[in-house]
Amino acid sequence: MKFIDEYRDNEKARLLLQEIYQQAKQPVRLMEVCGTHTVAIARFGLRKLLPQNIELVSGPGCPVCVTSQRDLDKAIAMAQLPRTIIATFGDMMRVPGSNSTLTEERATGRKVRVVYSPLDALQAAQENLDHKVIFLGVGFETTAPTVAATLLAARQKDIKNFEVLSLHKTIPYALKSLLNLGEIKLNGFLLPGHVSTIIGSQPYEFLAREYGLACVISGFEPVDILQSILLLLRQINMGQPQVEIQYRRGVRPEGNGQAQKIMRQVFEPADVEWRGLGFIPETGLKLRQEWAEFDAALKNNINLPEVAENTACRCGHVLRGVLRPTACPLFAKECNPQKPRGPCMVSSEGSCGAAFKYELSGAIK
Amino acid sequence: MEQLLNMNYQAQLSKNHKEEKILLAHGSGGELSHQLVSTFFLNAFTNPYLDPLDDMAVLKVGENRLAFTTDSYVVTPIFFPGGDIGKLAVCGTINDLAMGGATPLFLSVGFIIEEGFPFADLEKIIASMKEISMATGVKIVTGDTKVVNKGGLDQIFINTSGVGLIPPGVEVSGRNAKVGDKVIISGSIGDHGISILSSRAGLQFTTTLKSDCAPLNDLVAKMLATSLEIHSLRDPTRGGIASALNELARQAEVGIWIEEELVPIKEEVRGACELLGLDPWHLANEGKLIAIVAAPVAEKILAQMRAHPLGKEARIIGEVRAEPKGKVVLRTNLGSTRIIDMLVGEALPRIC
Amino acid sequence: MCVAIPAKIISIDGLVAEVEVGGVSRQVSLQLTPAAKKGDYVLVHAGFAINIVDETEAQETLKLFAELERLNSAANLD
Repeated sequence: MKFIDEYRDNEKARLLLQEIYQQAKQPVRLMEVCGTHTVAIARFGLRKLLPQNIELVSGPGCPVCVTSQRDLDKAIAMAQLPRTIIATFGDMMRVPGSNSTLTEERATGRKVRVVYSPLDALQAAQENLDHKVIFLGVGFETTAPTVAATLLAARQKDIKNFEVLSLHKTIPYALKSLLNLGEIKLNGFLLPGHVSTIIGSQPYEFLAREYGLACVISGFEPVDILQSILLLLRQINMGQPQVEIQYRRGVRPEGNGQAQKIMRQVFEPADVEWRGLGFIPETGLKLRQEWAEFDAALKNNINLPEVAENTACRCGHVLRGVLRPTACPLFAKECNPQKPRGPCMVSSEGSCGAAFKYELSGAIK
Repeated sequence: MEQLLNMNYQAQLSKNHKEEKILLAHGSGGELSHQLVSTFFLNAFTNPYLDPLDDMAVLKVGENRLAFTTDSYVVTPIFFPGGDIGKLAVCGTINDLAMGGATPLFLSVGFIIEEGFPFADLEKIIASMKEISMATGVKIVTGDTKVVNKGGLDQIFINTSGVGLIPPGVEVSGRNAKVGDKVIISGSIGDHGISILSSRAGLQFTTTLKSDCAPLNDLVAKMLATSLEIHSLRDPTRGGIASALNELARQAEVGIWIEEELVPIKEEVRGACELLGLDPWHLANEGKLIAIVAAPVAEKILAQMRAHPLGKEARIIGEVRAEPKGKVVLRTNLGSTRIIDMLVGEALPRIC
Repeated sequence: MCVAIPAKIISIDGLVAEVEVGGVSRQVSLQLTPAAKKGDYVLVHAGFAINIVDETEAQETLKLFAELERLNSAANLD
């Protein structure tokens, strides 16, 4: 497949690894902030192929993992409303709220439907006029424009039974917040390729300028990731932190202007809660006033009791990069993919899920 | 397996089961399905015929070894590219018998039909079943029909049970895999799973791909005629080759090592999986088999398979080692290794 | 967070394109990439094209490997 296979080529990978071994002169710690990077690194076994003094930690880049328990409970409460269909990406189906999941709600007869695109949810609204369809808007800046565009289409088609519960979040300020916690010392970031497709490279400049961190915007194939690590090492070795684009076939420095415009038309920044990171100002997206008729949060009166988060779950620490999944006391014991205690384990996108699925292999070799 | 059987049945039931209920994932053929079988059915019904949990039971009747199996078919959509629920129902049970080395002889068919189901659709389904029955010589000898109220089920469910005879000298079982054996797959993976998804509402993509649904008894007969050192056979249906290989590794308590590069996958399956974020290793196959055979005869068996219309793309994809016991290891194109787990939950399209 | 795949546009009708990857085709929206043309490769995420793949840049990235290979064999000759 074009633009995919060339970047999985193991000859190129081998060459890059050789060069990485040459350049890895000192211990470095790099954070990747994208669930898809977490999965790719685990799936291609890259950690084991890299030299020992390169440490890759996962950050809060899995939008499912950082959805707060309270937000999940809201979605579950909406599933329980009469004549309501919840449409969601597959990723959300097994994430635990305080005492249920969307999968379990479906098992009790609630209408929960997995869709591949928010447009499929809109179509469901058109096909089920006696129901209300609430779409769970999850995802970062890659996905938010697709939901915004869907709402534009909804208005244009005059659809009255479609709503969006916006749980969208944005990356750059979240990284700033993470760094300000001062919990972890990093040398550089492997930045998310597809978020950057939308927002470009400029929003990350402060990471290099103010924090002196090496930054490379990376694609998702093994060759992309290895090349990005090499570029990061070069920046670190030369003491020249900057924001570089490795994923040049997918990211322009200015990003996708049309997508940014549509996103701004529908959404505005909001202060939201990130699971494991607490409230971070201006890192969420909420529907603007003019789109209130589609705003599920405004239109449905959901009163939820205060529920304490599961204190044994260390997802917060994992998401902040200070705890490796395998070091969590619950990992592979009380917390595993069938009975996940926290979102990081729910499916292979979370750090713990990826570690369990792909790396729980001490017995190998 | 033994630990589960020894656990007190009541304790197991009451431990976490107060609020527990059946989820769709319990029927997907992955981890949860296995737990359901072990926890409920195996614990209650345990006996030497059931315990091996092969695709069929082997019953000694006089001098003969009778093979007996059953399966139910609830697939939607009921008509898909390359087949329908009837074809699936007949091939599926014939294949379960074949996977035990048995020669399939007779089938029963039970229909549960929703009120309002069109006669025309029923006729099409029956025609498919007849076609396979005629082609394989396996006769449908008894059956049953029930009709439920509209809404009681989705259109039509079919159960087929089958009996066959295991020829003398044939010993095929999940437990028989030996260290050093080679692992062969009869063709490309994921074809059925993707062709089903392509017809499902909400996913809708266009492909020329058809289900690989087919009866494998003739292929198996030719393989066994070549050599009796075929230790295990499994058709990777629900849960895909990931689940089937894990079952085999657990049953025989061996490690199964697979070379990623060697597993045949059609371009369209790869394309669809990339598009939707699915894993081809978890997708169902309805006309393929995995064979674990003694190393010295592997090439001979492979050649025989390749000469058969249903085995043209057969390949040796891996081998059996002593460790890690009960696990499946993949060697990636990059040379790294990782564990392949059984499917947990359903195979869902993802954006992340 | 972003499963997005490069797919080729095989036809366009207004702001809806039929794209193809590996022989499988699907409809996607061009609302976010209205300038896309037939024959372009686009990144597809959640039923939308989010970017037009820059083939020149793709070639540049691949050229870097050829460069690396040359450096490598030069180093090996020392």
